[in-house]
Amino acid sequence: MTDSTITRAEVCVAACADLFASDGEVVASPMGLIPSLGARLARLTSAPDLLLSDGEATLLAPDGAPEGWLPFRVVLDVVVPGGRRHVVMGANQVDRFGNQNISCIGPHERPVRQLLGVRGAPGNTINHRTSYWVPRHSARVLVEAVDVVSGVGHDRARAGGLRYHDVHRVVTNLAVFDFQTSDGSIRLRSVHPWVDTSEVVAQTGFAVETDGVETTRSPSSAELEILRDTLDPAGRREKEVPS
Amino acid sequence: MRDKRMSPAEVVAELRDGMTIGIGGWGSRRKPMALVRAILTSPLRDLTIVSYGGPEMGLLCAAGKVRRAVYGFVTLDTIPYDPHFSRARQEGSISVRELDEGMLQTGLRARSQRLPFLPIRAGLGSDVMALNPELRTVRDPYASPEEAEEFVAMPALSLDATLVHLNRADRYGNAQYLGPDPYFDDLYCLAATKRYVSVERIVPTSELTKAAPQTLLLNRTMVDGVIEAPGGAHPTSCVPDYDRDEAFQRHYADSARDPETWPEFERTFLAGDDAAYHAAVREWTA
Repeated sequence: MTDSTITRAEVCVAACADLFASDGEVVASPMGLIPSLGARLARLTSAPDLLLSDGEATLLAPDGAPEGWLPFRVVLDVVVPGGRRHVVMGANQVDRFGNQNISCIGPHERPVRQLLGVRGAPGNTINHRTSYWVPRHSARVLVEAVDVVSGVGHDRARAGGLRYHDVHRVVTNLAVFDFQTSDGSIRLRSVHPWVDTSEVVAQTGFAVETDGVETTRSPSSAELEILRDTLDPAGRREKEVPS
Repeated sequence: MRDKRMSPAEVVAELRDGMTIGIGGWGSRRKPMALVRAILTSPLRDLTIVSYGGPEMGLLCAAGKVRRAVYGFVTLDTIPYDPHFSRARQEGSISVRELDEGMLQTGLRARSQRLPFLPIRAGLGSDVMALNPELRTVRDPYASPEEAEEFVAMPALSLDATLVHLNRADRYGNAQYLGPDPYFDDLYCLAATKRYVSVERIVPTSELTKAAPQTLLLNRTMVDGVIEAPGGAHPTSCVPDYDRDEAFQRHYADSARDPETWPEFERTFLAGDDAAYHAAVREWTA
């Protein structure tokens, strides 16, 4: 790391911002603080055409002024099936093909732990670009097989011929994964500057190929200024990913 | 014109054991909590609840009213999981039909259009298909057989009754939302046989039409009963009339998490009528 004052949370925000770099004019739907900061940072830097919601029903310009209306019905009617959206969801479990679970742990008829339910994950993953944010990377989250497939992974999408499936990346507090392999299985793309690759291998529940792994980029000074002064002056990001 | 004003108790008296009941709102947002609380103290049982689930699902499970839950999720929004719903699932005391949230909307829409099903992509490839073996698929009849896409044939979701909460209505059943999102309350009414809407205030029709006409989500053909219930969505949000009562919702969730503290919460807040509830909440808040 060139600037020792850059925090882990700030690297994670920049990695989330990079998720949207090539998206153009689509609705960014980040779930959770770090992806939200990433989407707002992207909008102010690399992805000025992104649309951002306030988490309720209003689309907001970067200065916080409303620019549009986006109630849930429009999301479910048009935005999700239309595909002009990139959602970053959480994940209680993700496997090596990007199948994701937010429904429950254990057998569905009588779970060991009830979670949210599948929510919009089935529809999101087969209609438009979907990424995942995992704030606490561990072998309990990155698993060989998920208990309930809520978000559809590349193996099932290929088997079912799901033409709009586009699971893009998984960003964790340790690393960034993508699915740019011949069979759509997961690939370790980069590890964050404070992380040793062997740590990622040890904390991941499926086999991780480590050839060609890079170091996740650090945010630029311009990005840091926006993040620290405008987007998160209270430093809430540091609670989600402590340094 | 027919005066449709009713009390929560009169609504409950029209409901029957075993009914499928749709509940409007979304998560912990504009839920018809006054009507739900009236069910808690009634003898009603074996209900199937269809909902974008929030605290109403937890409360109904805790009171032993739910045989089956049909949902895309159950959440308190600022608190991820409802403790009572989690317990009901983990104890296996309810059966469920868990769907993608778009599938729920599509099922309500199919019923509202008197169609047996509507096609939707959501669900394909996910475990929703395996968890709901009654679901069938349908092939595009217009494409050539080798190119024809397959879709989920989402069956119509038919509701015996629906409960929704809006900001304003007249006594005839014209009802209005004044917040940023109508959620799916109109679809819930269109998909149901008996439709009950509670509101913050019943006003003359002329007052409803002071706001933009597109805020009038429900017309008289969509409503059978109008219930005046100020604070009727509490503790969920009902903007612009009030935001979610986060402190009280936390108190609910903390009490629900611990079987030792739940009876006290029940005794304090849920044993009486709507006026008693609000008096107890005021006292707790003070």
